[in-house]
Amino acid sequence: MVKEIERAGIPVVHVCTVVPISLTVGANRIVPAVAIPHPLGNPALSAEEEKDIRRKMLSKALEALSTEVTDQTVFDWVTV
Amino acid sequence: MSKLKVVHYINQFFANIGGEEKADYQPELRDGFVGPGMAFNTAFGEEAEIVATVICGDSYFNENLDTAKKTVLDMIKSKSPDLVICGPAFNAGRYGVACGTVAAAVKEELGVPVITGMYKENPGADMFKAKVYIASTKNSAAGMRDAVKIMAPLALKVAKGEKIGASAEEGYIPNGIRVNFFEKERGSKRAVNMLLAKLAGKEYVTEFPMPDFDRVTPNPAVKDISKAKIALVTSGGIVPKGNPDHIESSSASHYGKYDIEGVTDLTAATYETAHGGYDPVYANDDADRVLPVDVMREFEKEGRIGSLHRYFYTTTGNGTAVASAKKFAAEYAQELKNDGVDAVILTST
Repeated sequence: MVKEIERAGIPVVHVCTVVPISLTVGANRIVPAVAIPHPLGNPALSAEEEKDIRRKMLSKALEALSTEVTDQTVFDWVTV
Repeated sequence: MSKLKVVHYINQFFANIGGEEKADYQPELRDGFVGPGMAFNTAFGEEAEIVATVICGDSYFNENLDTAKKTVLDMIKSKSPDLVICGPAFNAGRYGVACGTVAAAVKEELGVPVITGMYKENPGADMFKAKVYIASTKNSAAGMRDAVKIMAPLALKVAKGEKIGASAEEGYIPNGIRVNFFEKERGSKRAVNMLLAKLAGKEYVTEFPMPDFDRVTPNPAVKDISKAKIALVTSGGIVPKGNPDHIESSSASHYGKYDIEGVTDLTAATYETAHGGYDPVYANDDADRVLPVDVMREFEKEGRIGSLHRYFYTTTGNGTAVASAKKFAAEYAQELKNDGVDAVILTST
């Protein structure tokens, strides 16, 4: 789906847990996620901490969308 | 001759430990065969026997790739096998990646003969087909019997170092290696036969399939993200509570488009996941963990983005055919374009 959106001419960032799959399939802008059942959250944290992580990841996603890339690029955000 | 010692790698599901709620199961070594190992043992007859089975949860493996790989490899090594079999994983994506990763590591790091099996659209197939023999299986566990029929003889050949024939003869996924051989009929005759078959509308097999280089050039970056209209899309199956459009829990036949005007937070009372390929507890409890509407609304308010698009698009990526996913996205990408969306954040579980 990422590729079809890209093909339509809309820049797209893929936030996903299993980065190797995203790379194989061919996403260009990739932000690694937390875990498969909760990619943009972490139930082990408090509600505030969890939201903080989500803000960090999405800030990274916005940064990815604002960055020119020529090849597949993984935009890592700092995990604990 | 004594039997070849085989170690079998399987996931928590095939070990009968549990489904998605047990996908974080840590690696375990058991003596003897477990689950599908029985069918392999029968097929091996007097030639080989599964002496141990390594079990690992699919989520655990993929989320802890390096440590899980090392632990699993140590367990396999401790049994000094003559042959290792991984899976088959059919169309289970995480299982396929795990099988491919383990198989490649067994071959490269332990130098032990190994094969795995999966459906050709499993992401693990593309990732590992050039590294290890991957038997081509059906897309669900209903194809276990057929898979064993291909895998057991192929595994024995690999273990004994016998010559492996072409992918079409042995039943593995083409690994890109070409071997010269003499055809029975000369090229001109084969070409004419192919042409006649084509003209008659009959089936024929090309001798030169076009390579599949499906890469899309990245679009230019968004110039000013604070003015951009951004849409959320997910393969994580987030839907309004009750799944009004009945999006399938796997092998989705369609996608959903839902209005989130005025929605600032996805709650357990209003949204859930239809996805059957991961433990839904966390997403059902707070769907923002998959489709982050809450934070996007905050960004919108803070002026960090122009606006959040009024609709989100969703489907379940679980076992969904590549062709279906392609069709869905080609369709809604045009809508997004017509609606003036500048960029998309697509989340996957």
